[in-house]
Amino acid sequence: MKKHHISATINGDEVDFLCETSETLLDVLRDDLNLTGAKEGCGTGDCGACSVTLDGVLVCSCLVLGVEAEGKEIETIEGMADGDELHPLQRKFVEHIALQCGICTPGLLISARSLLEKNPDPTEEEVRFGLAGNLCRCTGYQNIIKAVMDAAQEMRGA
Amino acid sequence: MGMKPSPFGTQIPYEEKDLKVVGTNPTARPDAVDKVTGKARYAADINVPGQLIGKVLRSPHAHARIKSIDTSAAEKLQGVKAVITCDDFPDMPVLHAAAGEMIVNFRDVTRTMMAREKALFDGHPVAAVAATSESIAKAALKLIKVDYEVLPHVIDVVEAMQPDAPLLNEEQFTKGVEPAPEKPSNIAARMTSKLGDIEEGFKNADLIVEREFNTKAAHQGYIEPHASLAIYTEGGNAEVWTSTQGHFLIRAQLAKVLEMDVSRVKVTPAELGGGFGGKNSIYLEPLAIVLSKNSGRPVKMVMTRDEVFRASGPTSGTNIIIKIGVTKDGRITAAQAILNYQSGCFPGSSLPLCTPTVFTRYDIENVLVIGNDVVCNRPKVAAYRAPGAPMIAFGVETVMDEIAEELKIDPIEIRLTNAAKEGTQTHFGPKLGPIGYIETLEAAKVHDHLKAPLEPNQGRGIATGFWATLGMETSATLNVNQDGTASFIYGTVDVAGGMRAAYSQIVAEELGIPFENVRAIQSDTSSLGFNFTTAGSRGTAAGSMAAVKASRDAITRMCEVAARIWEVEPDQVVWEDGHARPASANVGDFEPLSIAEIAMKAGFFGGTIAGHAEINVTGGGPGFGTHLIDVEVDRETGAVKVLRYTIIQDAGKAVFPEYVKAQFHGAAVQGIGMALNEEYIYDENGIMENPGFLDYRVPVASDVPYIDTQIVEVPNPNHPYGIRGVGEVPIIPPLAAISNAIYDAVGIRMRDHPMSPPKVLAALDEAAPAAAAE
Repeated sequence: MKKHHISATINGDEVDFLCETSETLLDVLRDDLNLTGAKEGCGTGDCGACSVTLDGVLVCSCLVLGVEAEGKEIETIEGMADGDELHPLQRKFVEHIALQCGICTPGLLISARSLLEKNPDPTEEEVRFGLAGNLCRCTGYQNIIKAVMDAAQEMRGA
Repeated sequence: MGMKPSPFGTQIPYEEKDLKVVGTNPTARPDAVDKVTGKARYAADINVPGQLIGKVLRSPHAHARIKSIDTSAAEKLQGVKAVITCDDFPDMPVLHAAAGEMIVNFRDVTRTMMAREKALFDGHPVAAVAATSESIAKAALKLIKVDYEVLPHVIDVVEAMQPDAPLLNEEQFTKGVEPAPEKPSNIAARMTSKLGDIEEGFKNADLIVEREFNTKAAHQGYIEPHASLAIYTEGGNAEVWTSTQGHFLIRAQLAKVLEMDVSRVKVTPAELGGGFGGKNSIYLEPLAIVLSKNSGRPVKMVMTRDEVFRASGPTSGTNIIIKIGVTKDGRITAAQAILNYQSGCFPGSSLPLCTPTVFTRYDIENVLVIGNDVVCNRPKVAAYRAPGAPMIAFGVETVMDEIAEELKIDPIEIRLTNAAKEGTQTHFGPKLGPIGYIETLEAAKVHDHLKAPLEPNQGRGIATGFWATLGMETSATLNVNQDGTASFIYGTVDVAGGMRAAYSQIVAEELGIPFENVRAIQSDTSSLGFNFTTAGSRGTAAGSMAAVKASRDAITRMCEVAARIWEVEPDQVVWEDGHARPASANVGDFEPLSIAEIAMKAGFFGGTIAGHAEINVTGGGPGFGTHLIDVEVDRETGAVKVLRYTIIQDAGKAVFPEYVKAQFHGAAVQGIGMALNEEYIYDENGIMENPGFLDYRVPVASDVPYIDTQIVEVPNPNHPYGIRGVGEVPIIPPLAAISNAIYDAVGIRMRDHPMSPPKVLAALDEAAPAAAAE
């Protein structure tokens, strides 16, 4: 099968890759670029574990084709921390025990960052609805909500 | 639970003492940073050079005889390196062994991972391929020709029990029935649990309430699909990385079905993306090994979500009849349960595990529990967090609520009147030791939750739960490193990060060193002796017992080293605050030796310091919990919204309290999902209609309320820190608590699960004329 040559920017780095027409962006990230932080929980856009941003827009990378990434800027969980310095959301997730098994955590963090970019001062209800596209089976969401609210407060103060 | 404790088991008595680390909340959980940065490696994240991708061909029929399989076209496709069917595996005789909390029969295990004579459910594997890419593997599946003779199927448990139901196995005769039946049946076994004289007990009752309940199968719903990577080497060894709760059990099952020596199979558990009981059995692992053997290349296999739903174990759907008799003052005189449980395509539901929970919250003299284990054309069920117990509590706790209402007794008071306590004779054998059930009820009674006002169409419910804590084989090694730090190597899979932290806390406490100086490391199957799987709430409870034993073993060794350095006897040295010290002034005037000083000198004075534990833990303490819940029912849509939730549970001793609370949250929300939405839906052909998260709807953040938690601590007398298992109890009460709250809100008793909008609406419509007449 003939592959397509795609050029994109991932976490600030220029990246070239080859992909089949039917390959999803998630497949490309995980299988071709070894960026396995985004997870495949469903492959149908229902669980949010594969969340990344595409030119700043939150997407399920399992619903985007690799070829659609041409010329785009992609941000994944691997680019969230600044070296050893965790993003406030990452720090607050650790602090508030907002993760257990952790399989949904990268997707939730990417979603939460997008949420706070749009709404830096959300109510608890807005956080609950804002993250309703990300399934978590371990935590019952409570500590996730706490972590996001706390991170939002810190980020507003900073 | 369900398995007899070993008479040679290990228990260490509870000691009350001042604690420095245990009972605090570590700020640096060992697994957390890797998980928030995307670096934690789950099974699907692991790749090796030269690997092939394996895919499974699954039955599109609920029940069909497999007349022939033609793989020749698939084998010819370019890029296909191996194609396998049941012919690539040895057939297995009937042979029973423990797997997780369930007992498995290897005749059935080999037929579950790959169909032999018949496909028994929609999604049953019939062949598998390994190819150079996923797209080629998928194309190859389409070229495999299977000639099926479609047979009549049966999905529902009550229908499967009828004498004229389609039979899954013509050779299956119900066990546990006298005289032995002459006709085969889908009822694989009948199990009975008895106490006292049930008929006499009902004679002494002033009020008897008997109700029937039906629940649908629900899936564990872990977000990580099953994934395995296998390498079969020329020397006849197999190495597997997989998503599992119990790598030693996976190894044992693989060795059996592949007829390999146990020593030739090495299993490494990857970071686990959720299991909840569903990752104790082999699914992809044996297929990946044989595909690797036949192709000569590593083979990676990952299930799709559709495959997870269709072919990995949900919990049983059930039909349950509960009958309870009470005196006028609310004292239970007799209690009876009939439990009809789907086991899926082969026998082995969770009945042996959940039967002990039926009435164990109450002190009742006369009890009868009858369980029927029933096969039907569904995937073989797997354990799901307190396997089988939430559905029983749905029945028992709803009937208790009805009785309390009829007798005009407060629902907490009627439970207190009958509450199990130390010395209560259970209906499954042992008498209970010290437990905290009454403490949870008393705490509920004075909780602010009960004072909150309720609006119209809002209601409040209460329900309680019990689950025992499993012990079983537990091995661990504690290495004291040359710089005085400690590496604790454990073999009971840490399913979600909390166990690693708790183990480190226990070791730090025992050795008297900072939490940060201990690192807990997950072993593969080659670096420790056999460990039982993470099941039955045993992870922290049993694993920490091994941590205590290994720590004390290492301390003995360190005191010996200090004695050699000081040229005194080992019993003249004591261990305090991370230092060896002379036992008294008479021993001599020696400066205490720190763990680092001892570790550095240990090589010369006897050799490297390590402590070991190879034990069978039998000191697991039963856990009890009480849940309070407020709901609002939308009379237009039938939707039930949970407004407020309170969990009160006895943890014995919470090692990492905020994490214990996090377990409560997670279990309760799984219970809310099970109660309100989650169900397997089949069409008329026995095909699952909702094998995806869009239609199998698990709770999302906006579905659930703030959850208040309260930890009660009644120490388990057989554990040095008083620990009880905590993970399973909190999924037991939600169904019943929600059902009771719905009744309180709108006056309808929901006995059919799930309590989803269409069902609630139908019940409201049915009740409407009566309500209008009032």
